[in-house]
Parts: sequence; C-alpha cells; structure tokens
Amino acid sequence: MRATRYAAPDSVGDAVALLAGAAGRGRVLAGGSDLLVQMRAGRIEAELVVDVKRIERMTTLSHDARGFRIGAAVCGAALAEDALLARAWPGVVEAVQLIGSSQIQGRASLGGNLCNASPAADGVPALVTAGARCVVAGPAGEREVEASQVATGPGETSLSAGEILVEVLLPDPPPRCADAYLRMTPRSEMDIAVVGAAARVWLDERGRCSAARVALGSVGPTVREVHAADAILAGGALDDAALARLAGAARDATAPIDDLRGSARYRTRVAGVLARRATLIAYARARERR
Amino acid sequence: MSDGAEGARKFRWVGTRPVRPDGVDKVTGRARYGADLALPGMLWGRVLRSPHAHARILAIDASRALAMEGVKAVVSAEDLPEIRSEQAFVGEGPTDFRDLSHNVMARGKVLYHGHAVAAVAATSAELAERALAGIDVEYEVLPAVLDLDAALAPDAPLLHEDLVTKGVNPPPQRASNVAERVEMGHGDVEAGLARADVVVEREFTTRPVHQGYIEPHAALAEIGEDGRATIWCSSQGHFMVRAYTAKLLGMELSSIRVIPAEIGGGFGGKTTVYLEPVATLLARKSGRPVKMVMSREEVFRATGPTSGTRIRVKMGCTRDGRLTGADAHLEYEAGAFPGSPVTAGAMTIFAPYDVADVRIVGLDVVLNTPKVAAYRAPGAPMAAFAAESAVDELARRIDLDPIEFRLRNAAREGVQAPYGPRFKRIGHVETLEAARAHPHYRAPLLPNQGRGVASGFWFNAGLQSSADVHINEDGSVVVTSGNPDIGGSRASLAILAAEELGIDYARVSPIVADTSQVAYSDLTGGSRVTFATGMAVVEAARSVVRQLRERAAAIWEVDLDDVEWRDGAARLRAGAGREPLGLAELAARAARTGGPLAGHASLTARGVGAAFGTHICDVEVDPETGSVRVVRYTAVQDAGRAIHPSYVEGQMQGGVAQGIGWALNEEYLFDADGVMQNPGFLDYRMPVASDLPMIDAVIVEVPNPGHPYGVRGVGEVPIVPPIPAVANAIHDATGVRMRELPMSPPRVLEALEREG
Amino acid sequence: MKHHVSTTINGDAAEFLCEPGALLLDVLRDVLGLIGTKEGCGSGDCGACSILLDGRLVCACLVLAAEAEGARIETVEGLARDGELHPLQRRFLEDAALQCGVCTPGFLVAAKALLDRNPDPTEEEARYWLAGNLCRCTGYDKIVRAVLEAAAEMRGEVR
Repeated sequence: MRATRYAAPDSVGDAVALLAGAAGRGRVLAGGSDLLVQMRAGRIEAELVVDVKRIERMTTLSHDARGFRIGAAVCGAALAEDALLARAWPGVVEAVQLIGSSQIQGRASLGGNLCNASPAADGVPALVTAGARCVVAGPAGEREVEASQVATGPGETSLSAGEILVEVLLPDPPPRCADAYLRMTPRSEMDIAVVGAAARVWLDERGRCSAARVALGSVGPTVREVHAADAILAGGALDDAALARLAGAARDATAPIDDLRGSARYRTRVAGVLARRATLIAYARARERR
Repeated sequence: MSDGAEGARKFRWVGTRPVRPDGVDKVTGRARYGADLALPGMLWGRVLRSPHAHARILAIDASRALAMEGVKAVVSAEDLPEIRSEQAFVGEGPTDFRDLSHNVMARGKVLYHGHAVAAVAATSAELAERALAGIDVEYEVLPAVLDLDAALAPDAPLLHEDLVTKGVNPPPQRASNVAERVEMGHGDVEAGLARADVVVEREFTTRPVHQGYIEPHAALAEIGEDGRATIWCSSQGHFMVRAYTAKLLGMELSSIRVIPAEIGGGFGGKTTVYLEPVATLLARKSGRPVKMVMSREEVFRATGPTSGTRIRVKMGCTRDGRLTGADAHLEYEAGAFPGSPVTAGAMTIFAPYDVADVRIVGLDVVLNTPKVAAYRAPGAPMAAFAAESAVDELARRIDLDPIEFRLRNAAREGVQAPYGPRFKRIGHVETLEAARAHPHYRAPLLPNQGRGVASGFWFNAGLQSSADVHINEDGSVVVTSGNPDIGGSRASLAILAAEELGIDYARVSPIVADTSQVAYSDLTGGSRVTFATGMAVVEAARSVVRQLRERAAAIWEVDLDDVEWRDGAARLRAGAGREPLGLAELAARAARTGGPLAGHASLTARGVGAAFGTHICDVEVDPETGSVRVVRYTAVQDAGRAIHPSYVEGQMQGGVAQGIGWALNEEYLFDADGVMQNPGFLDYRMPVASDLPMIDAVIVEVPNPGHPYGVRGVGEVPIVPPIPAVANAIHDATGVRMRELPMSPPRVLEALEREG
Repeated sequence: MKHHVSTTINGDAAEFLCEPGALLLDVLRDVLGLIGTKEGCGSGDCGACSILLDGRLVCACLVLAAEAEGARIETVEGLARDGELHPLQRRFLEDAALQCGVCTPGFLVAAKALLDRNPDPTEEEARYWLAGNLCRCTGYDKIVRAVLEAAAEMRGEVR
C-alpha cells in the first residue's frame, strides 16, 4: 500500500500543520477501518497519513456540565464502555456498536464514521436526532458545525482541505427523553446497513409524546430527516394510526438508489417499518426516565 | 449416537473422541498453511487479469514490466506447451487438460473478467503488483454471454468455436455454448405422470456461490538447474497438483515433488490448480523460488464458484402418497469452460426416491464467468432445492406429513437408482425415522415461525489410496498416507490403526507425506478419505499384524495359525505356556526375526457406501422486512460407522452452515459487463456466528457392508438438504414458496407482498 | 523512508523497520515470522488476523505497522504460557472446535478478548462478539461450546 509518509503528532495544532504541508494529499487516520480498506483497494491515494490517535483531546471521552465531549478518534468499544454515555444516549451508543465487528469496534470512531460520509454510516442518524455538534479545527482556527452538516454527499464532507473533525459534542438529554437506532441488514452482523433509522422521543409529564425526531440512513446520499415526524407524533398518543402515518412519512422522506446492497423499493418499504419500530423503542426508553 | 447397528463389536477407539494429533500445532499458530512458507532468495509472483469478460488477445508486450525495478520474470501462455484436447479423470470429475491450461493462463482469448493473462515475479509483492501495470495487452473486445438465456440463444456469441454439444445424436452441425447434454432414467415418465392424481411442475433458479474457504490459494515453487521442481502448497490433493502441473508444463511426474502444507478449507474448490503451474513457470524463468498468494478479491473473481442453475421439475403422486413419475430438466452454468456438475445433479436429483418412471435431462452450458470448480456434493444441492421443494408441495397437496411422504417413497436396498445401479444397503429410511422421532419434530412453533424437512443423498467416492504403517523400534507406530487433512482425518486414521493393532491411540503418529514419500493417493474430497484411505490404513495395519504373528510364531516355534493378535499382543490361541508378546517387544526383536516391521497397502477402494441425510429446519420470518432467521436445526445423517464422532458431527454442522448461507444470502452479483460486484466477505454474505443456532447433529449408523468398519463418507451429504429445508420452512411459516435463490430479505418480502 | 518501530509482542520486546504504508499483519508474518496470524481477506471482514493491540481486539490487516510504536501486541503465539495451553486452546482441542484450523488463531484471540471483558457470556453474547470471525468449516456450534466451557473453567466451575 503506497503512502510515502506516516506521522503521529501529539497535538491538534501539529496535525493541522502537517495536513497543511501536504497540500491536500494528506489523510487523517483514526481507526483506519475505512481509510486503510480504501487505500488498499486503490480508491484513495494519500501521500501523507496523519495518525491522530496520539492526540489526547481526540482520544478522550469526558463529561461536564455542558454534556459529553467525545474525542473524534475514540473507538466504538470505548464509547460503549462508558456507562454514563450509554445511559444518556442509548441510541447513539447502539448505533456506534453496529459499525462492524468486535474487531472493527476496537478501532472505528465517530469521527471516522462521520467524515467517511458513507450514506450508510450507522453513526450519523442518531447523532442527527441527538442534535450533536462537531468541533472542527483547521488552519483558520476552530469552529462548530451540526453533525448533520458534516456529510454533504457520498464520500464528501463540508470540511475544507486541511480541517480535522476533533470532537463530537452531545448535551445531556432532558428528562423523559430517549433515543434509539435500528438498522436492517441481511445477516445479523457485519453487513453495511440497507436502511438505518434513528428516533428520539420527548414525553411530557403525563407521558404523552411532546416532540419527536426521526432520521434515516442509507436512503439518500446523506441522512434524510423525517421532518413530518414531530407534527405527526407530538401531542398525541403513539397509537397505531399515528405510527402508520409516521411510517408513511418516513417512506416519503427517502430518496434511495438501487445498489448491490438493496433496491430503492425495498429500502423505502423498510424505512417505514424501522422508523416505526425505532420510535417505539425510544418511546419505551423515555417512559422509563423521569 | 449409534442407531441400527445391532451386534456391533465393542471398539476400543472407533467411536471415541480423542484429541487430533495435529491439534496443538493448530491452536498455537505453529501449523504451516500455504502462505506461511518462505525460502531464502524468494520472489513474489502476481497475476495480471483480464479486464474484459470476453475478448481476443491480440498482443502481449511485457518489455516495460521487465525493465521495472525488481522484476525478474514475466510469463504468459507462450511459456506453456500447447495441449490438445484430452480427457483425464482425476478426482471428482473429468478434466480436460487443454481447458485447464487455458484457464490457468489464457491463450488466444480471455473468457471472463479476472481470467489470468500473464504473471510477474519480482523481489517484493509490492514491486510485482506495480509491474502488472507494465504489461501491455491489446484486446479485441467481444460481446459477452452472461446468463443462460443469452448462452442458449440461437445466435449467441460463442466462447469456443469448436465446441459441439456432446451427448446429442446425431451430433449438431454447428458449435454452440452447450458443451454436453446428458440424459438418464428408466421407465416411461409420461405414462408415470399420467397415472398421478396430483402433479407439481415448477421451475427453480439458483446463483453461483463460492466455497468460501477462509484461506486464499497459495503456492511456493522452487526449481533447480536440473529441472527438478519442489512445490509447497495447500491443496486437496498434492498428487493432483503434481499431475496437473506436470501436464501443463510438459514435465515428467518424477521431476516434481509436491509437499502439502496444511489447508485452510477447500470444499472442492482446491481440487484443481491455479497458481502452482504459474509459480513453477516463474521459478524456472527467474531461477529463484517464487511465492504466490491470491488476494480475497482474486479468489472470488478468478477461482471456481459452483454453477448457477435453472431447473424444471415435474413430479406426480397418487392420492395416497406414492410417487408415480419424476421428470427434470437441468441447465447448469459451467462458466468459461465445459465441466459443470450437471451430471451429478441429474444423478442425485431423484435418488432418495423409488420411482419406476423417471427421466432427467441436463445441459452443461458455458458462459463468460469464472470456470466453475467442485463445491461439496457438486451439483446436488441445487437439484435437491428443486426436487425436495416439489416433494414438499406434493405432500401438502395431499395433506400428508412430509416425512411420512418420504418414507412411502424412500429408496431402499435393491431399488434402482435413477442413474442405473441398484442400491446396496443404505440408510435413508433410518434417517427419516430418526428425524421423525426427534423431539425437534414435535416442538411447538412460535408466531411467524415455520418448519421444513428435506432429504439429501450423495454417492461418495472410492478411488485410489495408499498407506504405510511402520513400527518403530520402540513399538510406537507411524501411519503415512497422502491425503491433506482438511477436517480431522489424521485422527480417524490413527484411530483405525490403533484399533487394528490393539494399541494406545497416543502411540500412533499419522503423517501426511509428500508425493515422493508415499504411493499415489487420489484427492481429499468426495467424502473418501476415512473410507478409502482408512481402508488402506486398515489393510496395511493388517499386513503388519500378520508379520507380527509370523515373528511370534517363529520365536515360539509354533504354526502361524496357532498365533492370534489380540489386545495389542501376539498370543497362543489355545493353551498356556507362552507370555504374550506385545508390539514393543516384537519391535525390539525385529532385526533378529526378519527385519523392520512395516506394512503397505495401495488400493482402489471398492464397496463405497452411499449416504443419506434428513434435516429439520425451523425459521422465523419477519413479515415486514422479509428477514429469515434459522432458529433451530437438526441434521440426521447415516455415517455407516462414525470413526471419530466429533469430526463426523463437525462435517454435518459445517455442511449445514454452508447450505444455510447458500439458501439465504450468498450469491455472485455481476454487472452488465460481467464484472463481479461483491468480491469480498463484506458483500458476499456467508453466515456469521450470530446468524446460526446450535446445530444438532444426529449420527445414525447403518454400517456399509463394503468397508471393514462399515464407514460411509460423511463430508458432502450435509450440504444437500439445507436449502430445501429452509425453503420448506419459509413456506410453512408464510404460505409462500420460494423458487429463486438466495432467499434474501428483499426477495422474501416481495414474495410475501405478491402472494400474501 | 522507513520507520523504526519498537514494540512489545507477547511480552517480549521487538523492533523492526517498515515502510510507512506497511500493514502490521504483513510485518508480523513476513518480517517477524509470527505466521500464526492469518490473512483471509485483507479488508477486516473475516477476523482471521485478529490480534490484541493495547488490549483491544483488532484486525491486524487494518493497522499500519508504524502504529505499533510503543504498543503492546498479543497474538495467538502468546496464548500458551510456560508450556501450558490456555484453557481456550485446550477446550478447542477437546471439543473438536476446529476442522481446517485456519480461522482458529483468530477465534482464540477474539475469544480471549471476550472473556477478558465478560467472564460469563451467554451463548448469544458469545455469538455476537465472535460475529467478526468467519469460519466456513464448523458452522460455529463447537466453537461456541468450547468458548462457553472455557469460560466456565476459568471461572472455576466444573462442567
């Protein structure tokens, strides 16, 4: 595999400088489960590989009054081991845990999943419904961007050349609010999602749905939000009629393609099914929270 | 475990589960597989592969590559002798050496995307890979034939200008893409079907699927200035590798020595050669050893999957469940060269049943896809998908339990098989009865769950095997044979030797010898090693026992007939007066009593026992997504006699898992240009651990009268029933019949929407 | 320009030179002679190259050799200690949990990682943890049994 240089800086500033020096021919290496596969297959060529796993900020998961600060290179397995995060954001954590096998979990990161910008990325729908924000560092300094704005198309991000996604920020969820993520794969594990659905449900004091957010993966070039979900579900009971309307709205929100992992027709159909099921799980979880 | 084997003598080792002799090396990472060997001065070889599914090769210019850093040799078909078409049977199917040569290295034409066109040897794998871009090939692209209808169309582009369908009388005037037509059966099928009260006529389609061995092909070849070659490789038969390499390179057999590495799975896919002749050629041209290892992508693009198929069956039965006629038409995709397993498919499709009026017609069709290779019971699983689904449909139509239906029609001893011979003692009925009696068959099902049953058959093979049994000076034993150990055969051979000699299993050391160290042995495949090589081991051990008795008789100055060998020692048959002489003692005295103690056997194994299995499968179907999950599975199989039950169970469980993968998710996906879209384990979806439940493997023993221990081959039968068992279970759960493989979620959902 | 890497493999100090783009799997096998770790696919989809990297289960085919600097690597060759097989190795042998054996090193390392974290996994937990290890020979039945039995043995339970 051809990479003429490898560097492992220990600060964000150094990493940014290294990438700037490579004039667009450098790549960030976090877990490598996307980058190395694509380099080996010849789909990506990189003159410089910048390994960010020795940058403490990018490999640390912390929590304070403002919520969770997740280093973009923290591996999925480490995320899942954080009890606080798993309790607060079960949907995000279960989504990350679905990114590949146990071996991939030992490497794959939220940052990599976001920046690889696969339409089928498991990490993205739940970050969208969570309202996650990302800290991006570059030659011009640092900025924050909504997680939903990182991917702009298959393999394309809104990051400019030389920018690095450094951290993912998640607030503490309000009470009586929970999320969930489901996906459809032909096998029980190991597959790229044919459809992914994240749902987040807020309940009022009487346990009725007060707000909802649903986002779908693998049914468009980037994540598709089901904007009608809130209008359909808020203020009412999650009865069969509402859920059927939600499923319909989810199907309408898709813009899928036929590819070797699924047909557009199948994806559309299943998007409705998973939107409904994920919403029910989020609802059940929200009810358990006071 | 033991069922139906009355009067079986008590065995000391046969039927027990000792640890395999090669086990410690394999759990510690010491065992050497094909890619684990290296030699000083070694070069790395890489293959240049065709970017077109069908094209004429106009010119190959390797001059740029030869000028590149580290490149020591480039070869193409020009470096191979031309071979006229010739048939030779080695292993499980006829081999045309001309086709084999052209598959290993394209001559004149490339016939599939990924077809080997040239190869390079360089001082590193990376340099060899880079050098491929330095080989300039000029192609004239031709229209590609990518499915059966396209291949069979009257004006179809031809893959082979001289291919005239065999088996047609009078022979066709023109070439076509049909390599062969086979027909077999007996009776009058039209009359038989006319007598039926219920007739089912259906068409089934299946896609090419790969054996999926985890170890890619690998070989290391070295050739001396005297032209003698040594090849280290993993294969299912190093004698086959020697024979094929010699043929393809025009070398004498005795100038090639093939040393078997451990093999990381084969399932039939390694019963042929791809890299070995090329590595040897590169070694000869460069003067240095050459190592070649396929990438996973190459394994998928350029080694044989098994055939995609289209099968029409028509079966009829009376209202009380007696089959009156069975008719089948099979079309099997051979890939780029003739040789699909359509004949075996035709032979096996109705073999589990006693039907007086039966006809099967099969076509072997070439297409611009990789040349197919054997895959575990080649040809049978697809055929069983068709026939066992039709049988299930018939049983439902007359409201008869599916096992009872099969019992009423089961092939038994004396029944004429559809392919001609009469069955000897077989155990189909016993497997059906054991399945019916199994608690699984009566277990309750939950909502969205269904249960399916299917039977399967495989002939098993005999063929040639050789073995030596040597007694060391301390009485320990070496058993030498020539079959790579894919699944625990060393343990079985050691068990048989220990049983015959009456000694401790731990004192037997089984060795897989190379082609220069043991007499000829046919492949590891065809479910034949425990049967045929086991037979040779038994015979060699018996020869040693006779020698031991002779030595004791000489020492005691009695007649040979007065001496028996029992419980590991020579003993006087009658009367006292002589202390028994054990193996160690006689071995210590060997020099003075006639020389080293050694036995040899080389045989063509006769008395092969055909085998049957009956499987029960429970699935759960998600009606909203079409996902199918196997929730419970029981495989019942007649093993004749299970020498090492754990490895028999292992063969059953492994075959079931492959069948389930074939049924649910595995398929080759090609684009419109014949390029495989899923050449990796991500999108070629084999079952993972979380996809399967525990697989209950129930061994039934109906001893094969043709083998000293009653052994029947076990490796291939278990892949035959799972596809129809799963399909029948899906029908039971949903009312929908799946007739297309794989039964992946989108297809199941579509069927549910269409018919539900 | 080659990197000089100092690392620890199975408790022993090791060092090697490697190209920036070299993969850890290839260095382990072709430079250090540790051929127990196998390549089945080169893309992280089969688990035959499973190793532990600083205690984390990973595929060595998806790690650059240069990343091993200062890291602690464990391969199948390090499972047995002082001439004694690890309980997982023993149970794999007793329970015939291998046929061709090529996936076995990967399964052993992955199973060790499982039991390091969860000494009492259910069958389902074991199956999902091991989903990244492909086996084509066994259908997983005997492998899962061997792992659960080794776990019981390591917990001190007699089975």
